[in-house]
Amino acid sequence: MTKTLYDKLWDAHVVRVNEDGSNLVYVDRHLVHEVTSPQAFEGLRLAGRQPWRRETVLAVPDHNVPTIDRHLPVADPASRLQLQTLDDNCAHFGLTQFKLHDIRQGVVHVIGPEQGAILPGMTVVCGDSHTSTHGAFAALAFGVGSSEVEQVLATQCLVMRKSRSMRIAVEGRLGSGVAAKDLILAVIARIGAAGGAGQVIEFAGEAIRELSMEGRMTVCNMAIEAGARSGLIAVDDKTIAYVQNRPFAPKGALMEQAIAAWRELHSDLGARFDNAVELDAAQIEPQASWGTSPDTAVPVTASVPDPEQEENPVKAESMRAALRYMGLAAGTPIQEIGLDKVFIGSCTNGRIEDLRAAAAIVRGRKVAATISQALVVPGSGLVKQQAEAEGLHRVFREAGFEWRDPGCSMCLAMNADRLAPGERCASTSNRNFEGRQGQGGRTHLVSPATAAAAAIAGRFVDVRQWL
Amino acid sequence: MHPFTQARGIVVPIDRANVDTDAIIPKQYLKSIRRSGFGPNLFDDWRYLDPGDPSMDHGKRRGNPDFALNQERYRAASILLARENFGCGSSREHAVWALVDYGVRVVIAPSFADIFLNNTVNNGLLAVVLDAALIERLFAEVRQTPGYALTVDLEAQLITTPTGEIPFALEEHRRHRLLNGLDDIDMTLLHTGAIQQYEQSRKLSAPWLF
Ligand code: SF4
Repeated sequence: MTKTLYDKLWDAHVVRVNEDGSNLVYVDRHLVHEVTSPQAFEGLRLAGRQPWRRETVLAVPDHNVPTIDRHLPVADPASRLQLQTLDDNCAHFGLTQFKLHDIRQGVVHVIGPEQGAILPGMTVVCGDSHTSTHGAFAALAFGVGSSEVEQVLATQCLVMRKSRSMRIAVEGRLGSGVAAKDLILAVIARIGAAGGAGQVIEFAGEAIRELSMEGRMTVCNMAIEAGARSGLIAVDDKTIAYVQNRPFAPKGALMEQAIAAWRELHSDLGARFDNAVELDAAQIEPQASWGTSPDTAVPVTASVPDPEQEENPVKAESMRAALRYMGLAAGTPIQEIGLDKVFIGSCTNGRIEDLRAAAAIVRGRKVAATISQALVVPGSGLVKQQAEAEGLHRVFREAGFEWRDPGCSMCLAMNADRLAPGERCASTSNRNFEGRQGQGGRTHLVSPATAAAAAIAGRFVDVRQWL
Repeated sequence: MHPFTQARGIVVPIDRANVDTDAIIPKQYLKSIRRSGFGPNLFDDWRYLDPGDPSMDHGKRRGNPDFALNQERYRAASILLARENFGCGSSREHAVWALVDYGVRVVIAPSFADIFLNNTVNNGLLAVVLDAALIERLFAEVRQTPGYALTVDLEAQLITTPTGEIPFALEEHRRHRLLNGLDDIDMTLLHTGAIQQYEQSRKLSAPWLF
């Protein structure tokens, strides 16, 4: 029988089928961070339980860490307590943690792959929705709530129903200056913020195969913004080359055996999907979102759409609400939208290739006088180290960017990095929800190159003209 | 967890599509390491006119009179009527904790985000999916009728409105767990043997994972 990649991953992890039709699904890797884990550990302690397989857990503080003055104690007492709680829980239960001052610390979805802790064929969970990132390795990866974090700690399993499957094929090649981020923003605009609900999306086609592993992670990272349970991409030579020789990856004969198994991790020819969508990569332009949902991206060459042209009344009303919140008028060309802040970082676009793409635009230029803050926040300590070895930090600093320590930072603004009410930001993160980057803040989602160019110009520009 | 069998309550309309978990409970409240106390900050950015932080006395903040939860007719509401893709965005269970802490027992919408849906079951909150036309009708009825209340019966899978009855469907494993207030961990630990057996065979087929 022909199987999809999702079928193969699912079948390999079903421990048992329960009487009510749900399944017990085994988890191979459990990523943990400080914000969604305290309640889970507390539950474990109250029940007097121990982790089922502690070596599957990798913990790191990221959401709530300062990105500046790390030599000082964390200023905010609530944040300090949350970080301390993670330290205490990891020590108490004997779990591996990359602590705040470890060079390997960073955003949970950046450090997992970087360490080779995410392998093809694994099931991966984390109390964080962007766990979908790891689908780039043909790993079945999905976000869970804190109760499920506790469940996985206690039993190594989750109770689940199989999702439906969707294949999104992006055929042809992306134009120069068009990034993985533009591709996924265009996909989400096409299928909608709930277009992938109840489904696991496999991304396929020439444009996906042409992406680097980092680009593929950007794509899978945002599968959740289309409402999907997970994103997936088949294993190829790039996947294996990326994993090889990383600290947590298998070595020697074991690696050879693993590679042979990983080669099977693709959908069989003729495998059936519940849904299929096709996009032409050549038609995708650099994107920017204008609204308060990630499915509102349009080409930077376009204008803010008009709710009066929308036939669906519920949709028209949410467009009006989004325009009010964003302080935008219908019909405004995207390139006439001026900005206050720029954020380059996050688990979507905080990897070394993202920083290189941004630095290539910034080199020899200056951040516009109208931009009050331009932040570069590397996704991990190792990304930061690599960028510094390449001199990228100097490129950013000379242009007027701030060069920070790794963490989620202004992606969700739990720490001190945030927008003030009414401030407008070009951001390489993944969510433009109301208040996401600070209460009353206005977020436009873009690629690293577009964010960099926006910082220089003080407004959106078509980065293809800057190459 | 308390079993959920039936709930009766006033309905409050939250008339927006894609209500995300950042809107349900903003990030500044996620610094708490507890499961309770999030109710006063449910929909914080929409509910209050002044910006909030965890150190405040929320009773003293200025409510936004335009937001439904602040309107007299909806004050006692325990059933939320919502639009498509409710609970999208982050996995934060804090969103469900905030709803439950506020006193919400049922959310009715045309669709829910997957992770949110799992979180509801783990906290005894009932999420009911109805098709868009029915939701539209409920929105109209709620607006026309002050004090509009529903009875939601999970056993019978039936909603009783002032004008009639609406049947609803729920996946059996969710319904079973809600009705019995069952905990996934206890249920899973009944199958310790199966998990160990799985691990043994997996060690042979994929030894690099161990
Ligand atoms: S960078 Fe943003 S999206 Fe990614 S894990 Fe951190 S807060 Fe979540």
